[in-house]
Amino acid sequence: MPQEENLQEPERIPFFQRLLENPFLLLFLGVVVPTVFYILWGIMEIATIPVAQ
Amino acid sequence: MARFRVCPDSGFYFDKSAESLMKVNAVAAAVSLLIAGIMALGVILTRWQEVHLLPADLFYQALTLHGINALIFWIIFFEIAIMYFAASTLLRCRLAAPKWAWTGFVLMIIGAVMNNVAVFQGRSSVMMTSYAPMQAEPHFYLGLILFAVGALIGCFVFLGTLVIAKDEKTYEGSIPLVTFGALTACIIAVFTIACGAIILIPTFLWSIGYINHIDAAMYRLVWWGLGHSSQQINVAAHVSVWYLIAGVLFGARPMSEKVSRSAFLLYILFLQLASAHHILVDPGISSEWKVFNTSYAMYLAVLASMIHGLTVPGSVEVAQRAKGLTKGMFEWLRKAPWDNPVFSGFFLSLIIFGFIGGITGVVMGTEQINLIIHNTIYVPAHFHATVAVGTTLAFMALTYLLIPVLFRRALFLPWVAKMQPYVFSAGMTLMILFMLGAGTLGVSRRHWDMDFTGALLSFEYPGTAYVMMAVAGIGGVLGVLGGVMYLVVTVGSLVFGKKLDESAGFLQSFGLPLPAATYNISRADPVPMAPRLAVEEHGSAGFEAPGTFVLAMALLVCFVVYYFINWGYLASVWPLS
Repeated sequence: MPQEENLQEPERIPFFQRLLENPFLLLFLGVVVPTVFYILWGIMEIATIPVAQ
Repeated sequence: MARFRVCPDSGFYFDKSAESLMKVNAVAAAVSLLIAGIMALGVILTRWQEVHLLPADLFYQALTLHGINALIFWIIFFEIAIMYFAASTLLRCRLAAPKWAWTGFVLMIIGAVMNNVAVFQGRSSVMMTSYAPMQAEPHFYLGLILFAVGALIGCFVFLGTLVIAKDEKTYEGSIPLVTFGALTACIIAVFTIACGAIILIPTFLWSIGYINHIDAAMYRLVWWGLGHSSQQINVAAHVSVWYLIAGVLFGARPMSEKVSRSAFLLYILFLQLASAHHILVDPGISSEWKVFNTSYAMYLAVLASMIHGLTVPGSVEVAQRAKGLTKGMFEWLRKAPWDNPVFSGFFLSLIIFGFIGGITGVVMGTEQINLIIHNTIYVPAHFHATVAVGTTLAFMALTYLLIPVLFRRALFLPWVAKMQPYVFSAGMTLMILFMLGAGTLGVSRRHWDMDFTGALLSFEYPGTAYVMMAVAGIGGVLGVLGGVMYLVVTVGSLVFGKKLDESAGFLQSFGLPLPAATYNISRADPVPMAPRLAVEEHGSAGFEAPGTFVLAMALLVCFVVYYFINWGYLASVWPLS
């Protein structure tokens, strides 16, 4: 019986749980998402304002 | 080498280095709160037009000191202490790189002192936002940069401690929810500090003459990535504190770990985008950017707050009902320990944050109705509900919990401590509600003189606005009294409080470790994995927290009514046909 248990495949950890358990991936997402949607998009909008003549 | 002690009352493990760092950060936070509180009195007594205490220059100086000390220094020093607690104590792990942690702390202290000195010298009264082209002295910006670098080091020490804990298997399963919340706060802090570096380093170079121009629109955009996100660190941190207090006081477990963690993930992804509501009336930025960042992405963060607002009291209700407090909807709440400042502070923080801070935040984040109140005193009213009551009161409640556990002192004047959350929250709520009203009538924020004395373009506010600002002033004074009570209890406890450990002397209260013999554990037992809760199982027996559900419905009704009142008000001031 113990041998059978050893032969069983380890339980597959769901993707979402793996995401939540990886602090550095979360750090990456938490910096990239606001950087793209808030900072970069906003800077592009301001940078493309035509300069007054 | 032995490095841990176990608190005999709570069972918490404290790593020797982490313990000292938690203490010094908490003390530095309290000093910042003291400065912020004194300045708050000057600000509120000047905005109360009948008193009008300070002349214009001193008013803006006091406002700058109040803003930076309350919103940056008090909060972030305390949050660093929370992060070390969440990583080291809750995971029973040694702190990563204590020397770096001390370096970070020293930089934060130098930065905070330098910034305060710059403002006290009188030539940097630029308020917390320090909008370019208004220019402060170079050491104003340098102080903020040094403080931010120190805080960033603290964040990486926290992350390093998580890595060590995983490597050394100090816990089973996933990290606890409170630590996950602290991780959320840490991630938002890294984004915040990065924004600070992007904008404050060029501004510092501009102040010393190396750069000749800072674009005002660009400054506002990037600065708010720092200014508003720094307040989102608070939200993640105080929600973690709510979960911690619910767990310690009631043995409460989140109603669903999965749901609570997913809500924190929504914070990580979307909470920082709420910075956009400060830019809603700025020219040059498209409606697409404004609408996406506020009315779509921000609502996902609001959803997360609503989840926490349901699961935190829900978990307390489930725990209380399990103890037999099942009569009616609210016996669990009626018979909660309302005379314990840890509970009263926590619960008042939760209610006021949700009912006032949350609802007004959504109103401010809606592009159209934001127009009614943009840059009025409604805005500081909102963030006093979220930060001054939501975060600060939660941190005050946590302090009452940690004084015996971390500092090994009994509470000084416990009857004052019992009253303090009520006095503070009553005063602040009075101030907030009447500032919201005055803001809706158009009273400006950051404005020294409501009478517009001698102004070429003056304006006459209705008499109601003056009455509202006067009542707000009374509330503010009461709030400051609540802050004084907190400092009297905490500082008094550290100095005069009964020693719960013979060796917990005066110097130990301010960071010196207890005697070496106290740290007699070299390796702590791993944090066991919590068993699955009944409420987490599929098809569990009905809804376990009906009282909380009623509270949530009351919040929803208040929100819907208030939201549509604002739309009605917008229609009346801006008639469209």
